[in-house]
Amino acid sequence: MKKGFDTSVRRLTLLLASFLVLFIILFGGLFHWANRPPQPKPEPDEILPEMVTDDTVENGIHLATGFVDDTGMKATIQNCTNCHSAKLVTQNRMSREGWEATIRWMQETQNLWDLGNNEELILTYLSKNYAPQAKGRRQNLNQTEWYSLK
Amino acid sequence: MDRRQFVGKSALGVLAGTIGLDVVFSHKLPPGYVPLYLQDPDPYKLFKKDSEMVVLNDKPWNMEAQAHLLNDKITPNKYMFIRNNGKIPENIDASTWTLTIDGESATNKKTYSLQELKNKFKPYTYQLTLECGGNGRSEFDPPAKGNQWTVGAVSCANWTGVRLRDVLQDAGVQSDAVYIGYHAADTHLSGDPNKEPISRGVPLAKAMQDETLLAFQMNGKDIPLAHGFPLRLVCGGWPASASGKWINGISIRNQVHDGAKMGGSSYRVPCESVSPGTTVDDANMCIIESMPVKSLITSPKSGALIKEDQPLNINGHAWAGELQVAKVEYSIDFGSSWHVCHLEAAANRLAWQHFDAQIDFPKKGYYEIWAKATDQNGISQPMVLPGWNPKGYLNNACHRIAIKVV
Repeated sequence: MKKGFDTSVRRLTLLLASFLVLFIILFGGLFHWANRPPQPKPEPDEILPEMVTDDTVENGIHLATGFVDDTGMKATIQNCTNCHSAKLVTQNRMSREGWEATIRWMQETQNLWDLGNNEELILTYLSKNYAPQAKGRRQNLNQTEWYSLK
Repeated sequence: MDRRQFVGKSALGVLAGTIGLDVVFSHKLPPGYVPLYLQDPDPYKLFKKDSEMVVLNDKPWNMEAQAHLLNDKITPNKYMFIRNNGKIPENIDASTWTLTIDGESATNKKTYSLQELKNKFKPYTYQLTLECGGNGRSEFDPPAKGNQWTVGAVSCANWTGVRLRDVLQDAGVQSDAVYIGYHAADTHLSGDPNKEPISRGVPLAKAMQDETLLAFQMNGKDIPLAHGFPLRLVCGGWPASASGKWINGISIRNQVHDGAKMGGSSYRVPCESVSPGTTVDDANMCIIESMPVKSLITSPKSGALIKEDQPLNINGHAWAGELQVAKVEYSIDFGSSWHVCHLEAAANRLAWQHFDAQIDFPKKGYYEIWAKATDQNGISQPMVLPGWNPKGYLNNACHRIAIKVV
């Protein structure tokens, strides 16, 4: 009698435990899915995105992207060259506030994700290596190549 | 061994065959995979551009000319700048392409095939100046954000198509219409299918001008892919972003069009001028309409060495948005004195005008030739940068080239 009761209790416990595990898996999964980081949607039939595999650096420049080799470059490549070319970054010069405003604009209108801890790293990298230089109201022509005109 | 056993298993194999390379095991490539040598295509070949054109950005594609490349009176494709906000559409089929006219102020929503547009409406050809609003951005201080155009984001090609006015009237324009906005087939850089990369427009008055075209030809041929094949809206004299490419819809609006790149700092400048570097509220930004007066010395190329007593012939183009250019002058003494150039009339309204002059230099030395155009209202190009604005638009400062008399 007691043995039968013990078996029933064990079965019931096992059953409840199974439900609990299933419950945790289901809601854990749902929670994880609802909070997943946004990911760029892969597009079939499209030329695969450029994979930067060559990390050669020459004269302080990362050859594959043209970025200045410095702390934060990897995070910048990973977060800033998915949608647009590195060239859109390297041809610009902005203050830290300017780069931050650009990141906010991309987050608000262009589907850029939350950069998390990398934001500080990226902002420091960009504002150090791509800072504005005073140009004045008009620069010199700086003609370096000359040719004979007949 | 029969080569055909290896090649021809897949479309890629065939493609490889045509360029003389066999992709061994090409049949095992996963669908959608593009071999390395077909990735990162050469933009010069892809878009049939001259090797002296300058790539500013490869995702999205942005490319500009240099001043001396723009010497032709009618700009050929190989020297025409490319400006993209999004990704160029793929797999365009002109035979199934349609244009839909809709919007709050359209009497009827109407859809036309390309053939219907060509059959139903009379074609017109105009030579039209298209200049990127941000041409010259690279000179602003503090620097302005975006592609750093120098002088080469301008072109003046022949465009052939039907008048937008005729098509709008066929669909019916209600009395409350004030603006049109375009929709196009290019895709957003983020890959988000619900986002338009750019959807700009013009006030109804500009849309109704004779020269505002829904063009299907450029310089007598199908429009090149990078320039909007198979249908492009062409609004000469305005920022070229108003001339939408790959057009598949025009909305007749009862308000200022509110598509992508119509608000914020996009193609807008402070309504009241600001000191350099000022942060300007969106509410105080105004949409750029007609482009300002400007000119470009296209010959000789900057950097010419000439002999003493050798007269120098210069020539170039001048344009002034909606207006005519009344005068072009040159200076060889840094703006201290100016001399009038010979100036031709435009081929038609909104086309650039050609100027030329012969210059005698007084003695050996380094010179800069500056060109300054004046529009029909007496407004001239500034010699230094014009008013600073957050996105660096409308730089129409005098063009300069360097010359040495040796």
